[in-house]
Amino acid sequence: MNGPDEPGEDHWIDPEIIRPYVVTRGRTRPAHGRFDLISMALAVGPPPGPEAGLDPEHLRILRLCREPKSVAEIAAHLNLPAGTIRVLLGDLFDRELVSAQEPQSEVDMRDMKMYRAVLDGLRSL
Amino acid sequence: MVFDRSERPRIPTAIKILIAGGFGAGKTTMVGAVSETRPLRTEEVLTDRGVGIDDLTAVEAKRTTTVAMDFGRITLSDEYVLYLFGTPGQERFWFVWDELAEGSLGAVILADTRRLADCFPSVDYFERRGTPFVVAVNCFEGSSTFELDEVRLALQLNPSIPIIMCDARKRDSSREVLIALVKHSARLRAEPVSS
Repeated sequence: MNGPDEPGEDHWIDPEIIRPYVVTRGRTRPAHGRFDLISMALAVGPPPGPEAGLDPEHLRILRLCREPKSVAEIAAHLNLPAGTIRVLLGDLFDRELVSAQEPQSEVDMRDMKMYRAVLDGLRSL
Repeated sequence: MVFDRSERPRIPTAIKILIAGGFGAGKTTMVGAVSETRPLRTEEVLTDRGVGIDDLTAVEAKRTTTVAMDFGRITLSDEYVLYLFGTPGQERFWFVWDELAEGSLGAVILADTRRLADCFPSVDYFERRGTPFVVAVNCFEGSSTFELDEVRLALQLNPSIPIIMCDARKRDSSREVLIALVKHSARLRAEPVSS
């Protein structure tokens, strides 16, 4: 750990801090959608060709989302912060390459059917 | 058979449960015990955009903070996926808790009887927020077996809040804790409690 007064500290940049911003070209918010930590994404349609102009990270997300995955899972697998994944997912959503499902909302928490489904699922573990 | 626009595969709806408690209370252990894979880690990079306000600025001005959360997944059915999130321990990350608690089914507060006071902030937080929670007393080897009533008293828990013994390393035991929480949450939300 560098001390706060370490000479030259201003010039020292942690690549792990920089990488998320390079991947999104400096964007910190997705073009569309909110993408909760547990919003689910699924790749749809045929895999895009080079003309789609996607970055390797976009393609990794599409491969990962052949099965439905949450923003948190994608972030963990790509080793990128969740905020970065939100931006990249926004790009894919815009191009209609992923479809997304918002999580159960606070309002839906009154739905007894949901509780029964969760209990059944847990009991059969 | 018939191909129409509805052939699009169904995406399950995600539900989350928070696993809270003091440092070393066994949060990640419990997440790992019931999840279908080893616990994953996600990071939120936070800048100083008015976040954690006093605490962060007191430490260092204009800094990027990374908050790491361990989580796991349980596929319940084609319709629902359950995510368990271990809440970040430090209290200066309350704002992350807010984001996590929003829309959650409820919370498990893991209590370590050797450091019971460590779960006070979690109890306060979920009580204030009105998030349904249960207290699970993690029985570590060599830890003295507290009577559950004593723990209830020490935590000043409302009698309606379930409190259970568990072994966070064991899948069955952790699953029972989750079942107790889901039942409790259903009870509260199906019949709104007049406070």
